[in-house]
Parts: sequence; C-alpha cells; structure tokens
Amino acid sequence: MLIVVAFVLIAMLSPVLLSQDARTKVGKVFEPPSARHVLGTDGGGADMLALLIQGASVSLIVGFAAAVVSALIGGAVGLLSGYFGGKTDVILMRITDYVLVIPDIPLMIIVAALFGRSLVNIILIIGVIYWTTTARLIRAQVKSVRERVYVKRARAIGAGNGRLIFRHVLPQVAPLLVANTVLLVALAIFAETFITFLGLGDPSVVSWGRLIENAFKDDAVLNKAWWAIIYPGACVTLLVLACTMIGQAIEDALNPRLRVGHLSVRRFRLRVLPLRGRLDRE
Amino acid sequence: MRGADYVVKRIAFALITVFIAITLNFVLFRAIRGDAVDALGRCRQCTAAFKAYSRHELGLDKSRWAQYRIYVVGLFRGNLGSSLRTEKPVTTELWDPIKNTIPMVALGTFFSIVFGIAAGVLSAWRRGTALDKTNLYVSLGFYSMPPQWLGLLVVLYVAGWLALPTSGIKDPILGILSSPSTMQVIADRLKHMVLPAATLGLVLYGEYALVARSAMLETLGEDYVLTARAKGLSNWEIVRTHGLRNAMLPIVTLVALSLGYIIGGAITIEYVFSYPGIGLAIVEAIDQRDYPVLQGAFLLLTLSVILFNLVADLLYFKLDPRVTT
Repeated sequence: MLIVVAFVLIAMLSPVLLSQDARTKVGKVFEPPSARHVLGTDGGGADMLALLIQGASVSLIVGFAAAVVSALIGGAVGLLSGYFGGKTDVILMRITDYVLVIPDIPLMIIVAALFGRSLVNIILIIGVIYWTTTARLIRAQVKSVRERVYVKRARAIGAGNGRLIFRHVLPQVAPLLVANTVLLVALAIFAETFITFLGLGDPSVVSWGRLIENAFKDDAVLNKAWWAIIYPGACVTLLVLACTMIGQAIEDALNPRLRVGHLSVRRFRLRVLPLRGRLDRE
Repeated sequence: MRGADYVVKRIAFALITVFIAITLNFVLFRAIRGDAVDALGRCRQCTAAFKAYSRHELGLDKSRWAQYRIYVVGLFRGNLGSSLRTEKPVTTELWDPIKNTIPMVALGTFFSIVFGIAAGVLSAWRRGTALDKTNLYVSLGFYSMPPQWLGLLVVLYVAGWLALPTSGIKDPILGILSSPSTMQVIADRLKHMVLPAATLGLVLYGEYALVARSAMLETLGEDYVLTARAKGLSNWEIVRTHGLRNAMLPIVTLVALSLGYIIGGAITIEYVFSYPGIGLAIVEAIDQRDYPVLQGAFLLLTLSVILFNLVADLLYFKLDPRVTT
C-alpha cells in the first residue's frame, strides 16, 4: 500500500521535483552512481533518478487509464450480461470467449505496429484486450445479486431496470470491480513494459518501460552499467507487486466465498491476475 | 460415451473460433489505412503504373470478398502467402523459428511446472511457516518481474558467471573448421537454449507456485482429507493420493491453457537473448513491415491458443466429468 502511495506521490510531485526535462544530458554516458547522480546516468547522459521520477507518472497514468478502460468495458459487458440474461448473455459471453482466445502480446504488438505508436493507442490496446475476466467476474456477481430478495421486492413494486441496476446491483458489484481494477492496473503496467520494450512505445514520453528498452538498446550490459537496468525494472516490479497484493487483499476481504472452481481457472489467461484462493490470510 | 455431446460441443466451438480467428486476421491486416502497397512504405518512389501492377499482382484490386475467399482457400491449401522481404513462402520463413522456439519454451515450462508445483505443494502443506512466507514472496516477486528485465539481469549477472552464451542459437565457429558431430550440435543448441529457457522458467514459476499453493490449500481443507488423517494415513500418502489428485485439476487446466499463450509471451525473452524463434521473427517482421509473415505468425499463435484451450477443456472434462456446461 505504502509503495503505491509513495509512487503516486512522486509521480504527482514530479513537475516540482524536476526543474528540467529528465532527458537532458547532465553527465557522462553511463556514469556509475555517485554523490552527484545518486543513481547514475543512462546511455544518453541523463540522470537516472530524474528519469525514474518522470517515468513514474507516465507508467502510472498508462496503468490506471488502461485499467479503467478495461474495467469499464468489462464491467458493462458483465453487467448487461448478468442482468438481462437470456440471449444477451449468450451473445456477450460468446464474444468474450472469442476475445479471450486471441494471444495478448502478439495482438498488442501487431496493433501497435499497424496503427502507430502513441500513448493513447497503447492505453486503448491494453484496455481492449484485458476486459474479459472482469466481464466474467461481474457477470457472476450480478447474477447472484439479481436473485436477492430485496431486488426482487423492488422489482415487484415496479422499479424499472435502470433504477434497479444503479441503486441496487451496482453498489453490490462496485467493490469487486474496484478490486479487479487494481489488479488490472498491475497488469497494464506490465503490458506497457512489454510494448515499449519492443520499440513500439510512444517515442516522445519517458516511462519505465522505455528506460529498460533504452538500457537494452544502449548496450548497458556491455558497459556494465547495472544501474541503468536494475532501477527501472525494480520500480516496475515493486509497483506491480504492490498493486497485485492490494488487489488480492481487497478481493479476499470482499469475497471469501468466491471459490476457485470451474469459472475462474478454466478461463484463465496467462497474465491475468485473478488468482483466487487465499494468498495470505494470517 | 458419457458426455460425448460435451466433447462434440467443445470441438465445434473450437472450430468456429478458428474460423473467427482467420476472419479477424484478415480484417486486422486490411484495416491499415491505405492498402498494403501504399502503407508498406516500400514504394515511395514507385510510379503509379508500378503500383497498379503490384496491386494487381497481390490481388488487391479485387473486391474484399474476393480477397477473403482467396485468402481462406489459400489457407486450406496451407498457403500463407509469401514474405515481402524474401519472396519465399511464409511457411518456410516461419518453420525454422518455430523449430527453435518450441524446445526452448518446452524446457522453460517444464522446469517452471516441476519446481512451481513442488514449491506450491510444499508451501501449502507448511502453511503459515517461514517456508511458506518466503516462497510466497519469492513467487510473487518473480511473477511481478517483467521478463525482459529478468532476462537482462540474467545476462548481466549469470551468463558471465556460468560461461553460457547469451544470444543466438548457434556458436558461429562450430561448423567452420570441422564437421561437428550430432552430439556437439545438440550440446551447442542446448547451451544456447538454457538461459532463455531459465528466464522463461523463472517468470512462469511464480504463477504456477501460487496457483498450486492455493489449489492445494483448498483441497487440504476438504473433509475427506480430515478423514484420511483420522484414519492414520501418513503425510505423504495424504498429500499424494487425496491432496494432489484433486488439486491437480485446476493446476493441469491452467498449465494447458497457459501453454497456448506462452509462445507469444516468450517474445520479449527471445528479443533480449536474440534467440531466433517465433517471437524474434515477429519483431523483425514488424521492423521490415513484412505483413504476410506477421499475418501468418499471428494466425499460428492464435491457432495454438485455440488448440490448447480445447485440450484444456477436454482434459478438464476427463478429470472431472461433472462439468457439462
């Protein structure tokens, strides 16, 4: 939790902390960590710490935005599917199944290659690929909520669909959606790292993924510049780890009965995080 | 046969998905603005007449439906088109990379499964202890690491230490002065495969360990395990006969499912290690704007996912016939 808050704070404060664009050359290429450049410099001579700070905001924005897009799509699909049932349900679930089948990384790569490299594109791509588990999750939840007594009573009094959805179903579903979104954030940050690493990221912004890519391209390994490699990756790992744990914790707290069972594991994607089951209850 | 209709339904579903995948593939690659000749950027100085000729040759001046039909028919004949870069058929272009990727991925996956499940089971058994907590954090850690970063770290620290090569698949000197024996060739390949496979294995290990652990935990909490204990069965017997057998179900299906995606997921690792597999082929094709190769590779990957999903479904059914939805 603290980790995420720390990163977010740093990201938000970055315009204050940095007096100039982080990419300006301030030192020798691949200078090792020293008193002047606490984390060393990268292949372009820019200060590593500044780069990390600037990259934080981009990585976080991409992560959150993509997760929100995913959650919106998935949530809407799940909601409609679970609430209306019948034909809508079947059709939507079929579509979900088909989207699930597409291998994620190749699709991201290809779409990025075909449609250009910009931040917006990346956010959209990530969002469009990962909404499926959210959809299933929400659908299951909506179905169960729909059968609850108070909803049936409200319906009997004559409440319309809209009112039922917004006032009764949604509040029950929202916490789960939030938990899932947090996990999606972790996933999105991960995905952004992939795309950028292969050279398909937005060339005008600095993000942690790009830092790793730069390290690779600039032959950091040959130069033994471990600081250019370790720090960005460690940041990504930490952030993803933190988000995962938060998401898991929220999920566990909300739904201790959500069993591993058929639904979740069968439709598991390799990189999708809903690992049900208790991770660390004590 | 019991549940025959389930099997049939699943296979039918897989076939339909294949068909949709083919269509999607077609649509995706036609969705680029301008058509293939313009967007390819290969033809900046071409005259209009040449462009028209290229279009005609590539069949782009026909209607979309006609193109689609040609594409599908071609697919059934095993024709994936020709590479724009080398003019050779896409299938030949992709065959070598596939031959390279599969052993590497298999090796990595094998290790991650073995160690992951072992770790997960141990962890579940000794739940709450230091062993469990350590394993949890280690698994989570590896799970959160971007593969390319891990790959870079491995290259940086492990490769030199173990004197293992970090790129490509062949030792450039091997075939020059003498004709290498088969054993030497195999040893050489293996040496080059180890690091990427190890990286892949580490990345996947976290996931399998976590799932194995939670699956085991659930199983061990069941009543029949309590009965087994009361009956006086030894620990090992309980874990093996009652625990593992039942926990295997989600684990196995997960493994089967993820196998389909792994090939695509190894792309970044191949990139870091310059390992000439499918992943690298895709990246190169993108660089070269070699769309037919891209299209073919993407189709192959999608097909593999569908195939493994089907395998997972059927396995699941075999292991737990109660499933019929």
